[in-house]
Amino acid sequence: MGSTIIVNDLRKHYGQVRAVDGVSFSVEEGEFFGILGPNGAGKTTTLEIVEGLREADSGTVEVLGMRPWPRNAKLLTRIGVQLQATSFFERLTAREQIRTFASLYGVAPKKADDMLGQVGLEDKADTPAERLSGGQGQRLSIACALVHDPDIVFLDEPSAALDPQARRNLWDLLRQINESGRTVVLTTHYMDEAESLCDRVAIMDDGRILELGPPASLVRGLESVTRISLETGTLSVESAAEIAGPGASVDDDGVSVTIGTDDPARVLTALAERNLLTGIQVRGATLEDVFLNLTGREYRA
Amino acid sequence: MTAFTSLSRAMLLGWFRDRSALFFSILFPLMFLVLFGGIFSDMGTSKMAVIQVGKVPLLEQSAAGLGDVLEIQKSDDPAAAREKVRQGDVVAAISQQGDALQVSYSAADQVRSGTVQGVLRQVVAQANAVGVPQRFTMTAQQVEDDSLKAIQYVTPGLLSWAVAMGAAFGAAATLVTWREKRILRRLRLAPVALGSVVGARVGVSVAIALIQTAIFLVVASLPFFGLRLSAYWWMAIPLVVAGTLTFMAIGLVAGGLAKSAEAASGIANLIVLPMAFLSGSFIPLDAAPGWLQTLSNVFPLKHLNQGLLDVMVRGQGPLSVLPELGIVLAFGLVISLIAMKVFRWDSV
Ligand SMILES: Nc1ncnc2c1ncn2[C@@H]1O[C@H](COP(=O)(O)OP(=O)(O)O)[C@@H](O)[C@H]1O
Ligand SMILES: [Mg+2]
Repeated sequence: MGSTIIVNDLRKHYGQVRAVDGVSFSVEEGEFFGILGPNGAGKTTTLEIVEGLREADSGTVEVLGMRPWPRNAKLLTRIGVQLQATSFFERLTAREQIRTFASLYGVAPKKADDMLGQVGLEDKADTPAERLSGGQGQRLSIACALVHDPDIVFLDEPSAALDPQARRNLWDLLRQINESGRTVVLTTHYMDEAESLCDRVAIMDDGRILELGPPASLVRGLESVTRISLETGTLSVESAAEIAGPGASVDDDGVSVTIGTDDPARVLTALAERNLLTGIQVRGATLEDVFLNLTGREYRA
Repeated sequence: MTAFTSLSRAMLLGWFRDRSALFFSILFPLMFLVLFGGIFSDMGTSKMAVIQVGKVPLLEQSAAGLGDVLEIQKSDDPAAAREKVRQGDVVAAISQQGDALQVSYSAADQVRSGTVQGVLRQVVAQANAVGVPQRFTMTAQQVEDDSLKAIQYVTPGLLSWAVAMGAAFGAAATLVTWREKRILRRLRLAPVALGSVVGARVGVSVAIALIQTAIFLVVASLPFFGLRLSAYWWMAIPLVVAGTLTFMAIGLVAGGLAKSAEAASGIANLIVLPMAFLSGSFIPLDAAPGWLQTLSNVFPLKHLNQGLLDVMVRGQGPLSVLPELGIVLAFGLVISLIAMKVFRWDSV
């Protein structure tokens, strides 16, 4: 299995802004690859250079052994791109949208209708795209990107502005797409999304990749604390500090008392002895902690 | 389906479902047609005053029936009678020389003078039917210079305006919305030639313009309006196509300059509406001051108008409008070059 995407020392600037500042990575066939970073990190710019929508100032991109720039029709038939949910023809129904896109790739209408079913929109087929909900719009957009059976699928912040339930549904769909053997490249500014979906993530900030690897190993690499929270009032701050021992932090924000410790097993045992495990929350290090650790800044999407 | 046909279909459906586009490109101009070309026909029920100059035996013969429709005044002074017509005091002045009945009417009151002429024609026809062999003839003459009957004038003018507006708005709005909604980028990601995209858009605009033309001609030809097309009216088709291309280019310039679809429509309106007035789409330019008539030549709409008038109602031959056709296309070419300068793929 070879690399389907190879990006080498990509750079792109707008005036003084270095939107992409020396980015290199490669994506394996069948991989679910994520680019994670706050707004303005350069995710979209990177993705669009790889897709062939923008030209890089310098650096090389190879997708399926081809150069995406200048516009390469042969490559375009093998990649599927999901832009924002609103990139639809005006006043066409969901079915008309996907059939129109299908015909641009020479795909039969029947196949387009099947794809609509695969993303669970068959009952919305006659609804104008403007009247779909956010989640439905994203699913239609993804269906349009998949209609010609591409090898690689690019998704730019597909779950932005979705409610939690719609996000979960979307994640299931994205996993299915990946499990059907397609390479998926996704950008997101949600840490949990990257953690839950991606085989590997590139953490990006300020036009650069700070760290790249499977989410679990990035998190494991941290000498990081585990946070244990209890409802305020179940345990006083003093006794919490006593249980936690030296080197741990205790914090009470009025809702919950949170103990930050590098020895969660000992603290949990102590709490269990006091019969205080009801309603307890334990949270390990997350990509947010990785980001904090890398940049010294709190992660704000 | 090829990319071209499926894109054309998508755009045509989008247009057809857009109530405001339908309103502005079809209904709105038709309202003007009704207003300008037909509103006076309701006024024909009251008795109409005509003036009889000298002896008109034909009128006197059938005066019994005519009295219900016409109020006949008498005069011996032809000049004074014509002046009365010009002033609008009476609808027509009627005189008879031998077998020939002559009617002078005013263009200011198209509908009533038309009615009077109709009545008189009937009188002549009846007289001829009774007295074999046929002998009476009738000629009608306008007291002003010989410009055209309202509907004859109004139809080509309003049609050129409607086509201009439809094409300019269509192009401006499509460009901006497609840019805003990123459909242009989405299409760049599909293996379609740019030519198919542009071609589909042009094709759709031309199709819409031809639909407008058909509806206009059908409505104006209804007996109520009474448009009479001249023999070479079909030369209007290439003119309409050329006008569509030119005004699409104007719309593309507006779309290139504007940041939102509303602004694009606004700019297109700001260009097309004053141009329509100054090009004589609504009101004939014949009576306008000379400098205005000269100025009007810088507007493509003026030439489109002119060409449509010539072939649709003035009965000029197909080759006579080739200069207008050329001028309209030349405008289109120049404006297209400007449009390419201000074109942007992306809103960022
Ligand atoms: N077309 C553009 N013109 C000027 N600046 C741009 C353009 N596109 C992106 N930028 C700038 O480049 C930086 C990276 O943007 P982007 O790639 O959109 O980030 P992200 O997708 O991670 O939010 C930002 O500072 C943004 O303002
Ligand atoms: Mg972005």
